[in-house]
Amino acid sequence: MATVQTQLYQQPKEELISGSEAIGIACALADVDVITAYPIRPYDTVMQYVSRLKADGAFDFDYIIAESEHSQFEIVKHASAVGARTFTGSSGVGWFYAFEAITVTAGLRLPVVAMGGNRALDDPGAFGVEHNDAMAVRDLGWHLYWVSTAQEALDMALIAWKVAEDPRVLLPFALSCDGSFLTHSQAIVQVPSQDQVNSFLPAYQRGTLQLHPDNPITVAPQVNEDWLMEIRKQTDEAMRRTPAVIKEVYEEFKREFGRGDPSPFIEEYMCEDAEIILVGMGTLAMPTRVAVRRMREAGKKVGFLRVKFFRPFATEEIQQALKGAKGVAVIDRDYSYGSPSYGGVLFQELRSAMYPMEERPVMLNFIAGLGGREVMVRDIDEMVETTQKALDTGKIDQETTWVAVRE
Amino acid sequence: MATVQDLPQIRGVKQIPVEEFYTSGHRTCQGCESALVMRLMIKAAGQRTIVVGSTGCMYVANTTYYSTPWVVPWMHTQLGSAGSAATGTAAGLSAMMRKGKMQQEPINVIAFCGDGGGVDMGLSAISAALQHEEYNLLIICYDNESYANTDIQASGSTPWGANTTFSPPGKVIRNMNTRWKKNMAPMMAVGHPDMKYVATACASYGLDFNNKVRRALTAGGPTFIHCIDPCPKGRDYDPKYSHELGMLSIETGLWIQYEIIEGELMLNGPSRAIAKGIRKRKPVEEYLLRQGRFAHFAPEDIKFFQEKVDEQWEKWWIPGLVPITPGQDDATGSDDA
Repeated sequence: MATVQTQLYQQPKEELISGSEAIGIACALADVDVITAYPIRPYDTVMQYVSRLKADGAFDFDYIIAESEHSQFEIVKHASAVGARTFTGSSGVGWFYAFEAITVTAGLRLPVVAMGGNRALDDPGAFGVEHNDAMAVRDLGWHLYWVSTAQEALDMALIAWKVAEDPRVLLPFALSCDGSFLTHSQAIVQVPSQDQVNSFLPAYQRGTLQLHPDNPITVAPQVNEDWLMEIRKQTDEAMRRTPAVIKEVYEEFKREFGRGDPSPFIEEYMCEDAEIILVGMGTLAMPTRVAVRRMREAGKKVGFLRVKFFRPFATEEIQQALKGAKGVAVIDRDYSYGSPSYGGVLFQELRSAMYPMEERPVMLNFIAGLGGREVMVRDIDEMVETTQKALDTGKIDQETTWVAVRE
Repeated sequence: MATVQDLPQIRGVKQIPVEEFYTSGHRTCQGCESALVMRLMIKAAGQRTIVVGSTGCMYVANTTYYSTPWVVPWMHTQLGSAGSAATGTAAGLSAMMRKGKMQQEPINVIAFCGDGGGVDMGLSAISAALQHEEYNLLIICYDNESYANTDIQASGSTPWGANTTFSPPGKVIRNMNTRWKKNMAPMMAVGHPDMKYVATACASYGLDFNNKVRRALTAGGPTFIHCIDPCPKGRDYDPKYSHELGMLSIETGLWIQYEIIEGELMLNGPSRAIAKGIRKRKPVEEYLLRQGRFAHFAPEDIKFFQEKVDEQWEKWWIPGLVPITPGQDDATGSDDA
């Protein structure tokens, strides 16, 4: 059980806060031991928040202002190895500066929780959201979750430590939060009490893997071709075990806090009987839901599937959600230069997931909202129109369309 | 600040602890002085120690899966991360002990790096670690003067003119490494004035090194030791001469043995005798010509090398911090010092 060291939240209450602040509160409620900060917009608002909590004596943790993102992630990695609960984060190119440390954190099976405040990669510089930064961890053994509201940010942060630190899993957890739209936008959030969190979230116990003089282990010796494949496979097995743990923890969370979706992996919005299903991640959900609702009112059978966990990728659930649709319009707030069909990363993953299906829907890709450009309801309408046209004519003019972009 | 362990100075060879915490299982080269640094370091520190080691010889050659030589807890860290590894380990322990999640106890935290990991890539993280007065930690840079594990490539700590696989003497250019070796320990001392302990060391003087490790671990706060490690593979000499070359590097005045304790500089060993005029510096040629990496040197190269060494003794040897040989005016020009 987490030590009750913060009296911030003796009672559950409602607060008007941003996504970053929601995660900062989760850090305090989870009694995180070590947090490392380095400035880059937009994720760093979470560090500004926890540093105030520390200064005011409301939250006790070792707070290290690192000299680079690489050190940020290295410091929490080593703190986690001695058994401390940890939190860090970054955005955009900062995430990439930390990439070596990010890579080894998963390889070492250290349950660091990190916030990725999604930001476009340089150059040219841009503050706005794009998903390519966080997505880069997709092959490394990190959990990768796309948050869509401040409430979800707080809830998933608590779930993140519990899942990541589970001895069946021990893999780090990245919470992806769209820059500005989530990191800086305020919403009403139900903040649980410390007692509620204590009964949900146990203390991190690293057990026989803890680096301590009482347990003198050697961590990460050189293995070469003798053992690397077996160790990779162990990590793979952990990643294959995590979906069941996520489901279990999510159900516990719903019981304890009384909120949550039917599935931790995906959110289906009006997908039942939909002929065209839009798919996207993060805060794109908001305009997309509005567009879908309006189209439904006009009699059009449209739905929206939000992919929440990008890793582990919920292949079967996504197959089931999409199998009745005739057309699927995948919205990517990211891009993969030179990839199949010159598309986005989510599109590649979804098309791959749908390949074993006997009846495959027509799948189109829409690149939208890069660099923080707002995705409008009319943009969503246009995606549905394009998909409908492909269904009507039985012909795909182009698989990938850049939406609302100057020619 | 967390308390430190009781690690008294060792008064003679007979008092050196017999317990080994760096034992068989490593596969370092014959004559590897860096392996000796590891052994002496942990012998001085003792069992209640966590060691983190950055990528380099002392990772790759030491810790092969299923045959670790480390009896104490040991963990790998990335090449540029010795500073961050020390900080993270100390921070994790500190937070958990303060919050009652771990039993209170002073645990030594030592991070080591080679010259590539310390003097080059890890410089910024080491510097950051040395700013954290609240953590007791020791960073040891074992400097064999090249990236010796990856094929002997030049680092920022490789001597001027040395033949490495990245700086081979050729038909037109004799000296491909035109950089003078970085002055690492003074850089750390000058840049982090609140540090209580900085030292240089050499495993040829084992007891001295033992005691420097103990002083560092009991000084309180972050500390730094820079060791010079002769490397038969990287410097091209018969492995049996490692110790002798370590001594020669000091006797020629090229490497200077000292400690900076709470800002006060103290020379020790042969360096002290040289500064006091009790011993004369040997010509640097005696050191250079014993190593294949300087075999291409022309007489003017040796002359240049000697002049640079003379300069560091006669004009300065820790720029910005300490005047050269005692008795001379403060090189910084301050009158009221």
